Amino acid sequence: MNFIRKFYYGDIPDDKTGSGLKDTSPIPPSGGGGAGHDWPLWEVFIRSKQGLDHKHVGSLHAADAQMAIENARDVYTRRMEGESIWVVESKYITASNPEEAGELYNPAKDKVYRHPTFYNLPDEVNHM
Amino acid sequence: MPIQDFETIFQQKINEEIKIEPKDWMPEAYRKTNIRQISQHAHSEVVGMLPEGNWISRAPSLKRKLILLAKVQDEAGHGLYLYSACETLGVSREGTINDLHSGKAKYSSIFNYPTLTWADIGAIGWLVDGAAIMNQVMLTRTSYGPYARAMVRICKEESFHQRQGFESLLVLSRGTKEQKEMCQDAINRWWWPALMMFGPHDSESLHSEQSMKWKIKRKSNDELRQNFVDMIAEQIKTLGMKLPDDKLKWNEERRHYDFGQINWDEFWNVVKGNGPCNKQRLDDRRKAWEEGEWVREAAAAHAKKRAQRQKEIAA
Repeated sequence: MNFIRKFYYGDIPDDKTGSGLKDTSPIPPSGGGGAGHDWPLWEVFIRSKQGLDHKHVGSLHAADAQMAIENARDVYTRRMEGESIWVVESKYITASNPEEAGELYNPAKDKVYRHPTFYNLPDEVNHM
Repeated sequence: MPIQDFETIFQQKINEEIKIEPKDWMPEAYRKTNIRQISQHAHSEVVGMLPEGNWISRAPSLKRKLILLAKVQDEAGHGLYLYSACETLGVSREGTINDLHSGKAKYSSIFNYPTLTWADIGAIGWLVDGAAIMNQVMLTRTSYGPYARAMVRICKEESFHQRQGFESLLVLSRGTKEQKEMCQDAINRWWWPALMMFGPHDSESLHSEQSMKWKIKRKSNDELRQNFVDMIAEQIKTLGMKLPDDKLKWNEERRHYDFGQINWDEFWNVVKGNGPCNKQRLDDRRKAWEEGEWVREAAAAHAKKRAQRQKEIAA
């Protein structure tokens, strides 16, 4: 087993932190829990080219939909990644519960006859 | 189900290389480790803009200025991808940023070194971003889905950063005597801090075996550092420059480069807040946040007004 310690961008422990800086801050630490002044969170979907689906690429904060589109354009399409953007406020997305994944998706597993490869046909027609 | 069972299932998923997604059950320590690591990574991207921003207005040509602007804009984007990934673990954006400003959260110490000459911008691209890429490529396979996806996006963009840095130094290395000296001087100053970016030796590690088990991280600090040294030791030949290390030597037996001792006292000193620019970096971030207050308020007011107007039109 490799013992590692992640000091890379990531993991400087509290006991090693800069005590000299701590007391000078006028901003109260919030412990990451959040003071809640954030703008709403938006999910961003990009169509990479005409004819393809919009695909989820990430999220961002914005005051309203218009600003969300503008920010998404700046952040997610700097290298011609897309030509159409959808944004939707994250709170309007309803997601299935991962704990129910078994009962939702497993039944499909034993229905192999739904796939074309289930059927063995004579060579003559095998490109059907 | 008792919590032990949840933990067993969780570990099984990790072992089978199934990614963990935000709504999945996860041990609290896994969540916390990811929050700490992803937020520190995000802060590093954001603070990383400061040393480079120092040279935007003084870039030697319009071409270099455009490149640098694009690079700094990328870093802001990288910060955003990572903050978003962090938020999926249930912390707020503002809270995370406050933790940076209060000094509670850390960022990579490399950004506490000053950018004294134009060549530093090239050296940062080549060495600092080069070191970052080593780590980030590994992290594209990290076990937490949103973090891994953010890393894929970042790595796609990061390669431009390293290449432009090397190319910029290449031009200097073929220039006048002064330009060559400036190039060598930047390499001298950035080489050791870049090696420190990988963190202390594996042998000094006490904990975090857990991070490996959870596949948050997949390679050790020394392993990544060695890969980096091997890569740079070859690339520098093209520049015709020297790395500031007498002990740097190809070891035929190990099939790796040997290299000298890192000054760990310096490393810990900078981590503890005594680097050349620690105070300035945090002051700059706080100032940007405070002076942006009216923009945030104005945008919120504008959004409210626009919503009101739309309601009136609808009525």
